[in-house]
Amino acid sequence: MNAHTPSRPRVAVHKFSSCDGCQLAFLNLGEDLLTLAARVDLVYFAEAGPLDADAEVDVAFVEGSVSTPEDLERIQRIRARSGVLVAIGACAVSGGIQGLRNGADSASWVAQIYDHPEAIASLEHSTPIATHVPVDFELWGCPVTSSQVLGVVNALLLGVSPCDNADKVCTECKRLGHSCVLVTRGIPCMGPVTRAGCGALCPGLGRDCYGCFGPAENANTHALSAQFARLGLDAQAIARRFQSINSQAPVFRQAAEKMRTAGDE
Amino acid sequence: MFNETEHTVFLPHDRLGALLAAIRAGGWQCVGPRVEQGTIVMAPLAEDEDLPRGVQAEQAPGQYRLGTDAKRRHFAWANGPQAIKPLIFAPQETLWRVARDADGRLAFETVMPDAPKLAVIGVRACDLAALALQDAHFLRKGRTDAHYGARRAQLFLVAVQCAVPASTCFCASTGDGPTPTVGYDLALAELDEGFVAVAGSAPGRAVLHALGLAEASPVQIAAAREQGDAAAAAQTRRLPGRDLREALMARLKHPQWDAVAERCLACGNCTAVCPTCFCHTEHDIPALDGASSRHEREWDSCFGETHGHLHGFNVRPDIRTRYRQWLTHKLAGWHDQFGRSGCVGCGRCIAWCPAGIDFTAEVAALTGASGGSGMEER
Repeated sequence: MNAHTPSRPRVAVHKFSSCDGCQLAFLNLGEDLLTLAARVDLVYFAEAGPLDADAEVDVAFVEGSVSTPEDLERIQRIRARSGVLVAIGACAVSGGIQGLRNGADSASWVAQIYDHPEAIASLEHSTPIATHVPVDFELWGCPVTSSQVLGVVNALLLGVSPCDNADKVCTECKRLGHSCVLVTRGIPCMGPVTRAGCGALCPGLGRDCYGCFGPAENANTHALSAQFARLGLDAQAIARRFQSINSQAPVFRQAAEKMRTAGDE
Repeated sequence: MFNETEHTVFLPHDRLGALLAAIRAGGWQCVGPRVEQGTIVMAPLAEDEDLPRGVQAEQAPGQYRLGTDAKRRHFAWANGPQAIKPLIFAPQETLWRVARDADGRLAFETVMPDAPKLAVIGVRACDLAALALQDAHFLRKGRTDAHYGARRAQLFLVAVQCAVPASTCFCASTGDGPTPTVGYDLALAELDEGFVAVAGSAPGRAVLHALGLAEASPVQIAAAREQGDAAAAAQTRRLPGRDLREALMARLKHPQWDAVAERCLACGNCTAVCPTCFCHTEHDIPALDGASSRHEREWDSCFGETHGHLHGFNVRPDIRTRYRQWLTHKLAGWHDQFGRSGCVGCGRCIAWCPAGIDFTAEVAALTGASGGSGMEER
């Protein structure tokens, strides 16, 4: 696909196991959504209207993790019918908050919560899209932002590779002139290991980053854990900092396991 | 300050507002200290806004807390995370735009910033030394940065002698403070009863003249000078020399680089708060309709991935090489580029490091010199 394609590129926005929040990155575009609709042909976007789940598309945006037997089969169908597949959001790239059940006894949870547990069909693990099919580009975030989504759409329309900013949240925080909450208040901010993209939203509101954009490149979780310990957190509390939205991202999972192990000793 | 030929006047505390008014009368907007988000930030000052009094900045590796100054001085805080740098080297700005016309031709347009006349109240000697280095970089002859230059030309700088250094300060060892000696329009030294003041430029002299102040007494001048000497002597951290180029370049394989890489988060906070760091990156941000695009510049850091990215590989793939790049550029490479070290001893990289890495302790460990704070490394 490139900018000179005579017909408008066909785009689908799919949802798997998720809260639908990342799709709002499109719906919240405002006027830009109209411009987008003029530049691309939105053939499937259940939350917005168009419904042709099996259409062949140039670009498929996929929100959510693979969490049910039905998901397993549907992602294969979508991959086969899509030119470029972009996974959007924490669920799609790391398994999401529902990934916390991986390693837990989820069957017993289901039994405790539902009157008819036999009506629940869910896989033992919640897994990212890339575990099942090749993914061309991943957008981290819980949720992803409109500017991330627009950046990818623009790049694909222009025929260039999308930019991938894997720097830490701190870079955005400092550019915006926020005062460092870890340094001034000693609260356990995850910014120094977390991928930029949110615009340092939480530190800008005076609270600590909780890592919803997943691990940044060269994330030194060991050094941050050591600093959290100096700030007074015990090993279990430190582990929980890494076991949130992106608990199954390998870098965060390993950091949490290391602290759990340390806490058990 | 304290040059024999200077005309030194005395500004009572209760006339500080008159000083700001005289600066405003000269056409400058005032930016100065304000207590915000648990720190001292440089913010636009409202006309009726009083400067904070009795605030101290207690700093340690990875820690910054505001405390109280019993003497209720205006400038007992050593520094905040930023001073002059973001005001002239914008953290994020558009440099130019391009638009496609009806015939498909591209039209480029430079985007220049609004650059109002700006007076910065309360900059320190280290900030002025850093500014001179930023000027050397951005205003180099034949390669002037228009955006930086436009804002730089509008600055009116009111420097203040540091009387209460933070534990992270080491400007005495770099030769850059704590008393301002050059590069200001006005310089103040705060005593219990008011300020000893001197002008360092024609606009500064005009502002002081408009206030009609009495001369400072020899006792006041002596008190201010002694206060500066005491502030220098009170600093607990130091660098082991002003030219560490040879010492560091001979130790590129030192095991200390591995040791610091264990602790370093590669978050880039040190480079963002460093008043001399000037690295930036540029992006194109096309409009969704495909008809225009803007070219944006933003602060970058040698601790980021793309900073070391060359075609096909990354020259600094790990934290060890990135920390080494930062420290050796700052203390060695700067000598080649600018004829002096790039460190002015402000200590911001120590206080604002979320992992509490002490730059002076790392240098001491690398060079085998006694340095840092003399304390055991954490």
